[in-house]
Amino acid sequence: MQTLLLEYLPILIFIGIAGAIAIAMVMAAFVAGRQKPYPEKLSAYECGFEAFDDARRKFDVRFYLVAILFIIFDLEVAFLFPWAVALGDIGVFGFLSMVVFLGVLTVGFIYEWMKGALEWE
Amino acid sequence: MSSLINLIPAPLWHLIMIVAGILAIMVPLLVGVAYLTWAERKVLGAMQMRKGPNVVGPFGLFQPFADALKLMTKETIIPAGANRLLFVAAPMLTFALSLIAWAVVPFGEGLVLADINVGMLYLFAISSLGVYGIIIAGWASNSKYPFLGALRSAAQMVSYEVSIGFVIVTVLLCVGSLNLTAIVKAQEGMWFFIPLFPMFIVFFISGLAETNRSPFDIPEGESEIVAGFFVEYSSMAFALFFLGEYANMILMSGMTTILFLGGWLPPIAIAPFTWVPGPIWFILKICVCLFVFLWVRATFPRYRYDQLMRLGWKVFLPFSLAWVVLTAGVLVAFDWVPK
Repeated sequence: MQTLLLEYLPILIFIGIAGAIAIAMVMAAFVAGRQKPYPEKLSAYECGFEAFDDARRKFDVRFYLVAILFIIFDLEVAFLFPWAVALGDIGVFGFLSMVVFLGVLTVGFIYEWMKGALEWE
Repeated sequence: MSSLINLIPAPLWHLIMIVAGILAIMVPLLVGVAYLTWAERKVLGAMQMRKGPNVVGPFGLFQPFADALKLMTKETIIPAGANRLLFVAAPMLTFALSLIAWAVVPFGEGLVLADINVGMLYLFAISSLGVYGIIIAGWASNSKYPFLGALRSAAQMVSYEVSIGFVIVTVLLCVGSLNLTAIVKAQEGMWFFIPLFPMFIVFFISGLAETNRSPFDIPEGESEIVAGFFVEYSSMAFALFFLGEYANMILMSGMTTILFLGGWLPPIAIAPFTWVPGPIWFILKICVCLFVFLWVRATFPRYRYDQLMRLGWKVFLPFSLAWVVLTAGVLVAFDWVPK
């Protein structure tokens, strides 16, 4: 257990250093650059217009749909990872079980397709 | 010198070696990123019969540093309506994530900072997290172009990530391990891009989409939504997005190299090729991939958004899924599954 966690120590330190460098770079620019803000400069960019309304408004529901589909398929991928590594041990039975699982998902995928969830026009 | 080594306790010494290793990865990587921006302009210039940057230093070699200095001295603008903390955190996140993935990348036989046994999963996870930087930037800016750009970008990245996942699974089937060193070693007989050629192509194209590169650079389509999610950014915050994007390109090339092009292995394991050290081969292969990235940018027009989503969901996803089943089926049928 101890050695297993020790393997991850370099990654932890790497994250720390990378984060520190990122923060240092932004801070350095804060110090090095001359800050001279005024309201026009700080307004949201909209091709020279004053912003008409708040930017956080309704957006197309398709983006939401894509996110949901992504979750389904990404879970599937996460499920496939250990299966792919262990296929040598679980053999034909393991392979066929996964084929059944993927078959069920494919039915769902065909349903989505036929329903037009994947259409963008 | 040896007495000095004895003076420092072993755990501390271990820590110093780790930090040295991290710097040995990070510094060349950042220089590589800087010169990738230079190479991009040079290659694009050459492909369009121009000269590219040639004023700052010989062949314009100091151009990246001039750009960095210029960006460093610019004013950091935080829009009045923005969520200040998130606005500043987003570029840092993008940049840091593009760096930390390199912790598990093997540059040569045993030349790896953290040789964890779930290396591929770690790479996949870190590259998936990249979408957070973009979403946060788009949301925190509180401006319409970044918001639309972030939505598009996020939808695009998650769409192609699914096929990337399936492609990785196909490679895993042929290796039987998540360890990156094991993946490279499994290619000693034959690089995986030969038996898995269609998957190699799918992976590379998905990589283009995942890094928001041309011809899939719709999130940043200058002619429609200005610069997409980082319209409101300036100075170093902008530079961090830029660096992060280019570091991600190098990472994608690195992943392609590890999964399909045999990592640090020489093309043929005979005398003149085996004299060249592994890391050199690794870097050369990454450079070839990066050149193709730039070549594609110079050659292809931008995709339309519906075409992009159709390619991701209706072509790549079913195709790579079918290929996973096919590969597994062939491996099981002929009893080739690695134990």
